[in-house]
Amino acid sequence: MKTIEVKKPSAYTTQIGPAHPALKEPVMFTLDIEGEQIKKVDFVPGMAHRGIEWMGMRRNCIQVLYLAERICGICGITHSISFARAVEQIAQIQVPNRAHYIRAIVGELERIHSHLLWAGVAAHELGFDSAFYMAWRCRENVLDLLEYLTGNRIHYAMIQIGGVRRDIVPDQFPHIEESMKFFEEAYDKLAAVFLDDTTVQMRCRDCGVLTYDEARQLCPVGPTARASGIKKDVRIDHPYAAYADLEIDYMTPDVLTGEVRGDVYDRIITRLLEVKQSVDLVRQLISMLPDGPLLAIPKPAVLLAKLKGAAGEAVGRHEAPRGEVMHYVRLEAGKDEPVAWKVKASSYSNYLSWIPMMEGAQIADIPIIAASIDPCISCTDRVALVRQDTREVLTKEELHRLSVEKTRRIQASLAK
Amino acid sequence: MNLLAPQEIADALQAAAGAGFVSARCTEWAEGIKGRKSRQVWLKIAREALIQTLQRLVEIHYPHVSVIAFCDTGAQVELVYHFHIYWGVPREEILVTLTVALDKTDLKVPTITGIIPGALTSEREKQEMLGIEVVGIPDGRRLFLPEDFPQGVFPWRKDETGIPADMVKDLWATGRENLKFQDNPPPPASNPVNPV
Repeated sequence: MKTIEVKKPSAYTTQIGPAHPALKEPVMFTLDIEGEQIKKVDFVPGMAHRGIEWMGMRRNCIQVLYLAERICGICGITHSISFARAVEQIAQIQVPNRAHYIRAIVGELERIHSHLLWAGVAAHELGFDSAFYMAWRCRENVLDLLEYLTGNRIHYAMIQIGGVRRDIVPDQFPHIEESMKFFEEAYDKLAAVFLDDTTVQMRCRDCGVLTYDEARQLCPVGPTARASGIKKDVRIDHPYAAYADLEIDYMTPDVLTGEVRGDVYDRIITRLLEVKQSVDLVRQLISMLPDGPLLAIPKPAVLLAKLKGAAGEAVGRHEAPRGEVMHYVRLEAGKDEPVAWKVKASSYSNYLSWIPMMEGAQIADIPIIAASIDPCISCTDRVALVRQDTREVLTKEELHRLSVEKTRRIQASLAK
Repeated sequence: MNLLAPQEIADALQAAAGAGFVSARCTEWAEGIKGRKSRQVWLKIAREALIQTLQRLVEIHYPHVSVIAFCDTGAQVELVYHFHIYWGVPREEILVTLTVALDKTDLKVPTITGIIPGALTSEREKQEMLGIEVVGIPDGRRLFLPEDFPQGVFPWRKDETGIPADMVKDLWATGRENLKFQDNPPPPASNPVNPV
């Protein structure tokens, strides 16, 4: 462990390059520890803040739509759906039903790809690199399917205000069904790796616990909230697109195990169950896909003129893989650009949950706890430890090594 | 759980806000073939009525705080508090939005973290981005802006305290003149300096 004297714990004085080697984006943790135990947690996000809202308030709504898609590289459609829905409500644009269904199909495929990505990351943090490769191998299948349907692996550019830009035609249904069969099998394999493995259970059971009451007060969203027993899912609570027409239920860990503990293991269960649920939802959506146009206002110039005349405020929400994404938009008549645009991404709500999860845990558990909320803007690439008045900086590699060593210790003790 | 209709919620919150009540409206929006409606309640209230209105909302159902949005309207900064109630009841969730307008001469608002601790992230962000003061906030440090970001510049304001034009092109160099790449040739003189 390297000991580095840091006078001022500012993230900008340590060098985390724009292209740093970690998988995820940067956030700096400052942890007060006693021995191996974490006593106090503080974190500083913002190293990847790009002022997107500032940019958006200087562009017209169609330009903002594509800017919104680039907020996140993993859940691209999430932000464009949310922004489009807010604008549609202000301008009273009725989206054709076929477009609602296509939006939901792409949204569900995105959920599968995001959860598989997360499963790989979680396996890697625990030291199971074969499982990491397996999960990401499965994820390639859904990325290929998304490319087949939309033209792109990410940033699909499917959404337009008032509908979608590309159709899904019956010729493509067999290909989709083939992938859905693949994911059913993949779910069984992943469930065996993650849920039946004794080492994973020992590492993740009762680790990083977020209780129901803590979750209610700290307001996390998505699988992080549902794993603590909070039944909250925009698709069910406040349905949008095609979700009001579907058979869908809250995926909480008690669906599988009959109990809710709110630990890392429960968050794994919740996400795996949601992969299975998404497969079911895509099948329902394909079987119910209605006929009709794709866009309410096909010509962008006409659409822009209509939006220039629109005034009011509205909220567009979408259940992203990580939880609720919300866009607040306010338009004024005679202005091209939104006068107010606030983006609330899902990890924004989930950050605070780290504090109760990490307090009392061991240093070696930091990677899996930090990863367990599936942070979109996060990275454990540098953690500062305050131990007996000296400040140490742990690199991501160091932390990862500690986590893997803990897994190996558990495996060795099991082998005896 | 006895569920109130949006208008009943608006009436209850209006009564709780008392003299601080400004206006209320209920909206609905339906998507999909079955046309099931999702419902929203929008209230405008005075700053003084924020806490008592929120306490009444907690009595109805403990709300999930989604985010505090904002709008710089010129003479005022509006804070738009978004809450969800009745989550967990399929298709019955209601969005409750409380809008509080603050004069730019007196940008102070009480904290709501005493009632809902999860609002802390959003309140810290509003302080640094809009230059408001959240009175009683348990942790008033900056959140997303770096420590060396200049004081008195509030990115989401649209007046003279917003981002100046010279910060737009070389944001990374603000306040660190010694780090500038001196060897780089200066940009062409005809290049317009335009923040947009």
